[in-house]
Amino acid sequence: MSESSPTPEAIHSDAFLARLMRDQLKLSIACALCFAVALVALPLLNYYQPAFMAQRVFGFTLTWLILGVLFFPFVWIISYVFIKRSIALEDAEAKAAQDGLTK
Amino acid sequence: MNALLAAQGIDPWIAFCSLVTVVITVGMGFWTAGKSKSAGDFFVAGRSVSVGWNASAISGEYLSAASFMGVAGMVMATGYDALWYPVCYACGYLFLLLFIAGPLRRFGAYTIPDFAEGRYDSPMFRKIAVCFVLFIGFFYTMPQMKGAGTTLAYIFPGLPYWAGVVVVGAVITLNVSLGGMKGITLVQAFQYWLKVFAITLPIFVLAAVVGHYQQHLAVNKTAQESTVTAVPGIERKALPAKAPKDEAWIAPFGKLTTKAVDASIAAASTPEEKSALEANKKPYSLLYTYSLIIALVCGTAGLPHILVRFYTNPDGVAAKRTTMWVMILIGVFYVFPPVYGVIGRSLTPELYDAVGAKGTDKVVLELPTLLAGRDHPLLGSVLSGITCAGAFAAFMSTFSGLLVSMSSALAHDIYGRMLKPDASPEQRLKAFKWAALIVGIVAVGLGSQVEALEINFMVGQAFAIAAASYFPLLFMSVWWRGMTMKGAATGMLVGGLSALAAITLTSVSDVAVAKAKKFTDAAELAAYWADHPLAKGIADYWVAHPLARILCEQPAVWAVPLSILLMIFVSKATAATVPADIRMKMLVLHAPEALGLKQEYIKEHEGLGGH
Repeated sequence: MSESSPTPEAIHSDAFLARLMRDQLKLSIACALCFAVALVALPLLNYYQPAFMAQRVFGFTLTWLILGVLFFPFVWIISYVFIKRSIALEDAEAKAAQDGLTK
Repeated sequence: MNALLAAQGIDPWIAFCSLVTVVITVGMGFWTAGKSKSAGDFFVAGRSVSVGWNASAISGEYLSAASFMGVAGMVMATGYDALWYPVCYACGYLFLLLFIAGPLRRFGAYTIPDFAEGRYDSPMFRKIAVCFVLFIGFFYTMPQMKGAGTTLAYIFPGLPYWAGVVVVGAVITLNVSLGGMKGITLVQAFQYWLKVFAITLPIFVLAAVVGHYQQHLAVNKTAQESTVTAVPGIERKALPAKAPKDEAWIAPFGKLTTKAVDASIAAASTPEEKSALEANKKPYSLLYTYSLIIALVCGTAGLPHILVRFYTNPDGVAAKRTTMWVMILIGVFYVFPPVYGVIGRSLTPELYDAVGAKGTDKVVLELPTLLAGRDHPLLGSVLSGITCAGAFAAFMSTFSGLLVSMSSALAHDIYGRMLKPDASPEQRLKAFKWAALIVGIVAVGLGSQVEALEINFMVGQAFAIAAASYFPLLFMSVWWRGMTMKGAATGMLVGGLSALAAITLTSVSDVAVAKAKKFTDAAELAAYWADHPLAKGIADYWVAHPLARILCEQPAVWAVPLSILLMIFVSKATAATVPADIRMKMLVLHAPEALGLKQEYIKEHEGLGGH
């Protein structure tokens, strides 16, 4: 984090706000899509491929194993990636705004 | 003493563990009460809680009676479909993390009503937002109260359900009015770890003795298997007639999602009607599943007692980190309750025959006592005592959190903002204590009425209301600068109230139908229905229209889009009223804190920032 604050002109422009929100929203939507695809696909697979989803894996049915166990680490991975990238993005934005001042 | 307890059917170990939990909880409340001096401490714990503490506290607050007892009970009662509850309870935090947690914390308001007013410069909108804190809060307290009544009735077999509700309600209300938010942060962090310990230790010991998760699943036959797989060492008691069959239980689209159509099929008079309904069964079931997923995922991002915790983070980055840790902490927890449900189906099938506080909702408490019958009497009692302690921690922590957010809404928003804006900090603290008392009494009154409803089902309904009201409000307010107060209010009100109305219709008829089942005499039953014509009319309507029943029971699939669309249309129509300083508001929501735009919505001069 920088000690100095940028002047209002640098960060109070519409362009800065639009870019800020667009970049952050893009990242959020990309992560949300990974999650949403899994949420939509699992019931559909259960619906159209019941026999495939009912096959036994270590005593579980495949669909039970996915929903009851594997779904949790899947979401942790998405959230970890999001946090890493989102914090990097914030740092880059702060730096870009600061650099904009010194030009 | 032991003999006295045993004579009344009370296991001394179970009573002891439960008592220790209550004493520690109340003791910590008293201890921290001395440290909670300012209003800031009461409402947002001085905004100084570290990521580790805050994540544990949020998890402790979030893992309610529904998670601890309800999920296991529902998995046992309905099978695979109930797994969506723990998965979405945990994974719903992802939406919160991706779209809401960081911006909301940056905005620097105390509560959702603060955010609503700050974002739209509208005191009127604050009033509307406050109503939803109370609606969602009361819907969420009912299942906690059911958890309390069920657990106390289990520990003290002679105690009526309502007495448990009253005792627990009184203890927690006292605790909250003493300690406020800072008091409960520590307590809830402790309670998370207690709950994880209480759900994992007994099931590990139990699995070592009676067989593992997957082994108990393997003895349930799927539709594709021709015979039941025999697993060495796994014994299974005969299922009563009321229990769902293996094929329906282990597979998706089972009892939970098909019960509305099943009821219609049972009532259908002609074979044509029956076959038409049979053809619709699976598509309706898919619709039910998606609606449930939307309610739980979006609802998590709109629960007031959880959202208020994000203001206790020091900054937006900490808010995001906290959310990720919450997902890990609660995800680890949620793997285990279904294990109780699966093993319970094999070993305690008699619970299928019982109703209310004696039904499958108590499988978590009941299962460890099986060890007593396997030459481990002491171990069975101790482990059952531990799960009871966990159950106590579960409903106490969630009820405390709800009580704080609802009391804050009354004291901070209604009293401090509307009734007496010039109130001194001392007067506000006094108002908080009175508000806690009022909310506690109402919650106990409501809780004593819902013995017939499943814990987990009721929580799902609170989520659906949150999903159709707060989630669209927060999501759209954070990301769309064109939102106006009128758009936000219309969407939230229409979406939230229509979900509330739909859910109330199903609950009213379900409670009446559950009561009607107790009558064995036809004349008495007829007289009962004659006294309740409205409930009878609704129940009959559901039988005739199963799709309407599904859409009312799980309203998120239409209520969430309705709310968002209304927000867009009304905002477009009233575009002239977008707040003048919208760019500044959006910058505060989205710009990194390093740019120095952070501002606290609540100012020192208002007498609330004394920390």
